[in-house]
Amino acid sequence: MKVPVSITINGRVCEHEVEPRTLLVHFIRDLAGLTGTKVGCDTSQCGSCTVLIDGVSAKSCTTLAAQADGAGITTIEGLGDGEQLHPLQESFWNKHGLQCGFCTPGMILASHELLRTNASPSEAEIRHGLEGNLCRCTGYENIVRAVRDAAGAMAQE
Amino acid sequence: MFAADFEYYRAGSVAEARELLAAHPGAKLLAGGHSLIPLLKLRLAAPAAVVDIGRIGELHGISNGGGALHIGALTTHAEIAASAAVNAGAEALAEAASQIGDPAVRNRGTIGGNVAHADPASDLPTVLAALGATFTVSGPDGERSLAAADFFQGMMATALGEHDILTAVNVPAAGSGSGSAYVKFSHPASRYAVVGAAAAVTGAGGTCAGASVAVGGATAVPVRCASVEAALAGRALSADAIAAAAAAAGSDFGDDLLGDVFASGEYRKAVAPVYVQRALTAAAERAG
Ligand SMILES: Cc1cc2nc3c(=O)[nH]c(=O)nc-3n(C[C@H](O)[C@H](O)[C@H](O)COP(=O)(O)OP(=O)(O)OC[C@H]3O[C@@H](n4cnc5c(N)ncnc54)[C@H](O)[C@@H]3O)c2cc1C
Ligand code: FES
Ligand code: FES
Repeated sequence: MKVPVSITINGRVCEHEVEPRTLLVHFIRDLAGLTGTKVGCDTSQCGSCTVLIDGVSAKSCTTLAAQADGAGITTIEGLGDGEQLHPLQESFWNKHGLQCGFCTPGMILASHELLRTNASPSEAEIRHGLEGNLCRCTGYENIVRAVRDAAGAMAQE
Repeated sequence: MFAADFEYYRAGSVAEARELLAAHPGAKLLAGGHSLIPLLKLRLAAPAAVVDIGRIGELHGISNGGGALHIGALTTHAEIAASAAVNAGAEALAEAASQIGDPAVRNRGTIGGNVAHADPASDLPTVLAALGATFTVSGPDGERSLAAADFFQGMMATALGEHDILTAVNVPAAGSGSGSAYVKFSHPASRYAVVGAAAAVTGAGGTCAGASVAVGGATAVPVRCASVEAALAGRALSADAIAAAAAAAGSDFGDDLLGDVFASGEYRKAVAPVYVQRALTAAAERAG
């Protein structure tokens, strides 16, 4: 039996009747049409599906859409303000924190969570905070630089 | 892979969750979903129905009373790690919760789901065994309370029946002169515990008035290391005494060791004393 689900994604209400097994990531990608959020694994380990649920990071591949009924979701598409990139997006760009870009939406939202809980993290804290996000391209060095850069930029705001 | 189809019900209270379990035989409870959903996705579990208890307010939060911390089953790993009450009264529990998986896992995974799932590589069962926690269960015949030794029964097996709901985990709060710690060898990819050691020490003035030690990861359920505890009781908490006592840790494990391609059972047994020593050292420092 399908269940009604209403989720506000990046400020826009999305209502659909879904099979209970529908994962939040599929609701976001297939029903809301926002394909910035990626699926990189079947085992809840890669972090490329990371979004914010009511402001707090979560793996959208390990959450049922029905569990998020009534919640507010932020995806990579909703992080910036129109044409204005979020400081994290700006820093990932400036510091070359990405190559193929597949991990980047999840990496940026996981970085958002890190800076929400720790506004000026050390290098070790950045690595610990991003432990749940895998990148097969960059070797992580520039990702760490990007997060540091963003923390600095956000502190000045 | 997509999960097999199932019916979805959302419970608003423990009573309603019990009614839903009774009405739908074979239904599975869903808390944070961070053990159940991975199993559903791989079709290692395919229940006909799922009862979502994630919004039951009465199962949420941490309170302090009667010398114990009462932690609602739905309290997340992140909430436990950040709780001032847990950091003061049960350091090992906060320490273990802060090392589970990654931040997103800790934001949604719950203590109730963690112990009900009873994965031998989980962190919280080991800590709760060492701290002498009790488990409050609401079942068809009312409420009952179980000790860790009775709650954990085997690999992914607990005393919870099909119609039972774990409502709270109760941890005796450490008094002054006591300290606890949890140290783990985490798997580099999954971050689950290959071996995890928890220790609680009471030792005002540097003499051990009592120690409790548990090790997880090497056996189906966490083992209490009685020989380590006995070797320390009444002794000065010196580095040498701790090292000598910790060396006995493996002798409590029995013959049924768990191993995999990453670490054999023999290896886990051999490395356990190192982690027991580190946990005891940190616990003794906090007690002092
Ligand atoms: C990538 C990843 C890494 C992880 N790393 C670690 C780690 O390092 N250490 C660690 O310890 N754990 C780890 N975990 C597991 C994590 O801690 C889970 O959150 C936890 O094991 C399950 O809690 P949950 O609330 O998500 O439970 P769910 O997945 O919702 O439920 C798990 C099981 O418990 C049952 N259940 C849930 N709540 C109750 C209740 N109140 N009463 C009775 N039965 C109940 C369910 O029916 C189900 O069978 C990891 C998980 C992932 C996905
Ligand atoms: S898709 Fe890999 S963790 Fe969600
Ligand atoms: S940039 Fe390619 S996976 Fe990270």
